[in-house]
Amino acid sequence: MAAFLSMGGYAVYVWSSYAITFGIMILLYVHTKRQGEKHLRWLRRHVASQEKQK
Amino acid sequence: MFRFFYHYSSLRNFYFFSAKLTPFLIAVFLAFLIYSLYGALISAPADYQQGDSFRIIYVHVPSAWMSLLVYMAMGLSAVSVLVWRVKLAEITLGAIAPIGATFTLAALITGSIWGKPMWGTWWEWDARLTSELVLLFLYLGVIALLKAIDDRRTGARSASILCLIGIINIPIVHYSVEWWNTLHQGPTVSKFDSPSIHIDMLIPLLTMTVAFMLYFAIISLYRIRSAILVYDKETQWVKDLIKRNERGQI
Repeated sequence: MAAFLSMGGYAVYVWSSYAITFGIMILLYVHTKRQGEKHLRWLRRHVASQEKQK
Repeated sequence: MFRFFYHYSSLRNFYFFSAKLTPFLIAVFLAFLIYSLYGALISAPADYQQGDSFRIIYVHVPSAWMSLLVYMAMGLSAVSVLVWRVKLAEITLGAIAPIGATFTLAALITGSIWGKPMWGTWWEWDARLTSELVLLFLYLGVIALLKAIDDRRTGARSASILCLIGIINIPIVHYSVEWWNTLHQGPTVSKFDSPSIHIDMLIPLLTMTVAFMLYFAIISLYRIRSAILVYDKETQWVKDLIKRNERGQI
C-alpha cells in the first residue's frame, strides 16, 4: 500500500494531477447543478408572476 | 437521417430526449471511470524511463484531446448558427464552451506538473504549450463574448465568428510537435498503425478518454436542458412543465 501511494517517488506529481483534474471536473458539475437550480427557481417565479397577472 | 436531425433540433424534442438519455450515460460513465482508474493506477506497468510519473498521462492526454474535440464541436455549432440559424446550436455553443475551457485548463495544469520532474521546468514557451494556452484564451473569449452581448442571437453570431477564426489553432495544437522542434514529446498514440505505447498502457488511456467523453456528454446535456427552459420560457410546454414540477427537479 505504501509503495502504491508513493508512486515510485512521484506521489506529489501523480496524486496532485489526479486531484486537480477530478477536482476541476467536480467543481464544474457542482456549478452546473447550482446554475440549473437557479434557472429553475427563476422560471418558477416567472411563471407564477404571469399566472397572477392573468 | 435529415428527418432525425430535424426532429431533435426542436428544443422541446431535444429536452425530453436528453432527459431520458442522461441516466444511461451516467451509469456507463461511472463504469468506464472505475475501470479506467483501476487500469491507470494499478494494472498498467510503470514506464521504463519515466517510472510511475507516466501515470499522469491518464488525466493529461484525455483532457488535452477533449480540449480539441470540444472546440471542434463548438466549430460545428458555430457553422449551424451562422448558416442555418439553429436555435439549439446557439444554446450548445454557450453550454459547451465552459466545459472545453475546463478540459484545457486541466491539460495545461497536469502538463505543467508532469513537466517539472521530466523536463525540470513547470513551463516552457514551446509550440505545443503555447498553442494550448492560446486555445484556453479562445474559449475564454467565446464565453466572455456570449456574456457581454445582451441580445442572445447577436451574441451567438459574434461568438460563432470568433470560434471559427480560432479553428485555425486546432491543427496548430495537434501538429505543433511535428512542425516545430518542441520540448513536448511527439505523437505516441495517434499513430494508429504503430502506437509507441504498450497495449496494457494504451487500453486504460482509451477507456479514460471514453469516460471523459461521457462526462462531457452528461454535463453538456444538463447545461443545454437548463438553457432550453430559459430560452423557451414563454412557450406553453415550458410553462406546463414548470407547473407540473413545482418543487422537484426537472
